[in-house]
Amino acid sequence: MSNLLEVHGVSKNFGDFKALNNVSIQVPKGSIFGLLGPNGAGKTTLIRVINQITMPDSGTVFLDGNSLNASHIKDIGYLPEERGLYKSMKVGEQALYLAQLKGLSKAEAKQRLKYWFDRLEIGDWWNKKIQELSKGMAQKIQFVVTVLHNPKLLIFDEPFSGFDPINANLIKDEILRLREDGATVIFSTHRMESVEELCDDIALIHKSNKILEGKLIDIKRQYKTNTFEVGLEAENKTALKESINGKFSVSEANFKSLNNDLKLNIKLAENETAQDLISFLNQHAYINHFVEVIPSANDIFIQTVQNN
Amino acid sequence: MNHLPLIIKREYLTKVKNKSFIIMTILSPIIMIALIAVVAYLSNLNNEKVRTISVLDEYGLEGVFVSTEKTKYDVLEGVTLDIAKELVGETSNYGLLHIENFTNLDFISNHIKFYSEESPSLSLISDLERKLEKEFTNLKMQEAEIDISKIEASKVYINIGQENFTGEESSKIDSIIKLIFGCAAGYLLFMFIIIYGNMIMRSVIEEKTSRIIEVIISSVKPVQLMLGKIIGTSLAGITQFVIWVVFGGILMTIVSLVLGISLMDSSIPQQELLEMASESQGVEFYFESFKNALSNMPLMNLIVAFIFFFIGGYLLYSSLYAAIGAAVDNETDTQQFMLPILMPLILAVYIGIFTVIEDPHGTVSTVFSYIPLTSPVVMLMRIPFGVPIWQQLISLLILVGTFMFTVWFAAKIYRVGILMYGKKPSYKELIKWIKY
Repeated sequence: MSNLLEVHGVSKNFGDFKALNNVSIQVPKGSIFGLLGPNGAGKTTLIRVINQITMPDSGTVFLDGNSLNASHIKDIGYLPEERGLYKSMKVGEQALYLAQLKGLSKAEAKQRLKYWFDRLEIGDWWNKKIQELSKGMAQKIQFVVTVLHNPKLLIFDEPFSGFDPINANLIKDEILRLREDGATVIFSTHRMESVEELCDDIALIHKSNKILEGKLIDIKRQYKTNTFEVGLEAENKTALKESINGKFSVSEANFKSLNNDLKLNIKLAENETAQDLISFLNQHAYINHFVEVIPSANDIFIQTVQNN
Repeated sequence: MNHLPLIIKREYLTKVKNKSFIIMTILSPIIMIALIAVVAYLSNLNNEKVRTISVLDEYGLEGVFVSTEKTKYDVLEGVTLDIAKELVGETSNYGLLHIENFTNLDFISNHIKFYSEESPSLSLISDLERKLEKEFTNLKMQEAEIDISKIEASKVYINIGQENFTGEESSKIDSIIKLIFGCAAGYLLFMFIIIYGNMIMRSVIEEKTSRIIEVIISSVKPVQLMLGKIIGTSLAGITQFVIWVVFGGILMTIVSLVLGISLMDSSIPQQELLEMASESQGVEFYFESFKNALSNMPLMNLIVAFIFFFIGGYLLYSSLYAAIGAAVDNETDTQQFMLPILMPLILAVYIGIFTVIEDPHGTVSTVFSYIPLTSPVVMLMRIPFGVPIWQQLISLLILVGTFMFTVWFAAKIYRVGILMYGKKPSYKELIKWIKY
């Protein structure tokens, strides 16, 4: 699979402040790519570089194999975190205007808008002014405007903020559907549960540097600690714990269980396998619960950021 | 992709469709005309009032108290002052003028008195004073046996004819008319910049506060957006101006027809200037000079220069306004940046009015008609007095050069500023933005 977007060694300074330091990312075609990082890490600057809003001091960006240029504007749909619409303009006029700025003809824009408005059941908003709509309603229109020109690359910065759970779900499904139709999505967010849910690939930016990038699943493999969460049933829990403690490194675990179990996290040494642990435990107790601890995106995020 | 026409169209339409814009467009000329009409009506009302003045002339002047349309004289005879006062009190006459009888003319003229219920109108008193001064001067001359007719005959009126070396004649009225044209052009530009420059600034701020800006500039270049805004708003401004002129003109005609008052007379102050200039000269002379002055003016030059300097000056300032709008978050923060814009503009108008009147081709007015921030206004004021084409071209060249620089500068600030939220930038920061 080739990459739709490649960012090579992009740096950007604002005066003395280094916003991006030699950042490179690869976004595979058809993937949902999570761009993560703490506040002020440089995500927005990177997104603006990709959108040609900010010119990088050095480095290049390739979209679909070509160095980024003005003709790429129509290939990108961008929903910024700081978003709004003209307050006193009517919904329809406004959407038409924004679509035309992306290079659609008026007739085509109208036709597509009608399709999307019907699809999201917001057709009767056409003649309303933005100031008459709620924030969530305005967000829906912004979403439509972002995807209307069928861009190859969609960039969403915190797309779910401001949506109620029902609408957030609706938008999530639309994003997934757009991906199925061939779009590539860059997704910048702080909400790790949506990263878990949606992203195939992630990159983590911290203090202007990219410190992590790859398939989410590979990164999780890389970050797993060979730890297992077990629930054990035994008559003498203290004795059991001590005998395990003699052989493996053990810590208390906390998970929900129906039994009054001894709950432990057991970390194995590098040369030990799950099989070794199971056969050992089988000799001493009844195993009710046995699961490998997979690091969550949240854990990875916190751990990487704190280590840097 | 060139989105400029699209942006201009949107800016224009939103401005023109805006409710307050429509209301202002319609209401302003109505209010203006109504105001003028009221003032004209009131002053007419005042003028038409007929005043009757009782005169108790014990000395017996002849041919002085001849009633006119607005002032009637009621000459009392054979009564004492006290009775006369009582008489006047009973009638609704305006007042009583009392001239005593002595042998010494100086003494008489020093003891003339005017009695009235309320303090009398200043113009009426000075009118009476002028009349009496003339009469008593004549009387004193007669007393000294001076032949008045000889004095009259030896009076000379001088009106210095003006002509430049190429043979064009001009006159005082000429200069006044030129001044009026110049000032009108300069002032128009000044007003236009302030009104519509502010409008541009507000519309930039609106895009910032509504946070739509990032969506827009992911589609178009900030420079394009800025130019689109400036041009669109200017077109809306011109539309409003044209409507004001046409609508105002129609209203003015209707009002003056209906009310039967000539609004022009009372509304245009230059009338007074002209009258001052043509004082002691006939009406025919005045019309002749007016026509002469118009034909003396470099009209073609004035029109062409007006268009170029107007556009140049307006674009120069409006790009600065746009930059200010981009640099701040809300309108209250604009104050600190407004001063440096308004200063040269106001300076230009004052220089225009004071030095151009004094000496249209003097050093001060010439220098300021080259300096780009003041040149549009000052040059427009100078041109009616005849400025060599090469001077105009140099000034225009400097203006265009500066305009390109300010657009570049404003675009830099604009590009960075529209994405900056939350902090009020200092000048130092603005300079830093240029390097981003």
